[in-house]
Amino acid sequence: MQTRREMLAHSATVAGLLAAAGLLPQAAQAAWNEAAFSAKTLADVVKAMGGSAPAASADVSINGPDIAENGAVVPVGAATTLAGAKRLMLLVEKNPSALAAVFDLTDSVEPNINTRVKMGQSSNVYAVAMMADGKVLFAQKEIKVTLGGCGG
Amino acid sequence: MADPMRIRAQAADGKATVRVLMAHEMETGLRKDSSGNKIPAWFIQDVTVAHNGATVMTAQWGPSVAKNPFMQLAVKGAKAGDKITISWVDNKGDKRTDEATVS
Repeated sequence: MQTRREMLAHSATVAGLLAAAGLLPQAAQAAWNEAAFSAKTLADVVKAMGGSAPAASADVSINGPDIAENGAVVPVGAATTLAGAKRLMLLVEKNPSALAAVFDLTDSVEPNINTRVKMGQSSNVYAVAMMADGKVLFAQKEIKVTLGGCGG
Repeated sequence: MADPMRIRAQAADGKATVRVLMAHEMETGLRKDSSGNKIPAWFIQDVTVAHNGATVMTAQWGPSVAKNPFMQLAVKGAKAGDKITISWVDNKGDKRTDEATVS
């Protein structure tokens, strides 16, 4: 059981971190990172999110099919086995905007998120984990698409 | 107001697996209608997941997320009877909040 004092201290820390990342819920609408979502490459996206140069890591994993029949709905997931991941991102390299989704984690959720994305064409898909210590790690997987999900 | 989300949250091994299916068009802004006009972008930008009122995860999405988005995550320490609240805001300012009980 947490005391009120610990609770308050913890809340303040979390609020501070959120504020530092520009992600207070009230400001969420304004905080939507347009620069990151219009970036074209992994390096640009990570830069726009304020991360250092990304490094490939075996501790980050990406789940997805080898071949997606329908590019409009491709199930992908990002996960890491490392503690201290504060943010997971999913990128589709050849989409008009590479960044698909950003998940800002707290200690209360496991760093393992699954979702579905659209893919315009066969492409590399990246799972990127931004760690609390500033490291940026990624894993990549090529997913072949037989029917594109963008344009029309 | 958009259609309700379908949320399923199941507790096991000290955590709850939460699966959400949102009803949203997720238009990219790149498609064209039959007369060649671009269909404007319309997609969910911000998603917030709360466990018993405390935010446990926020997400920012781009138009690359699939239509009628699905999301799965595991909330640590959530047990049967806890409330999972999920809300989203799209780029038109439309929003929706739904709540589910962990089973």
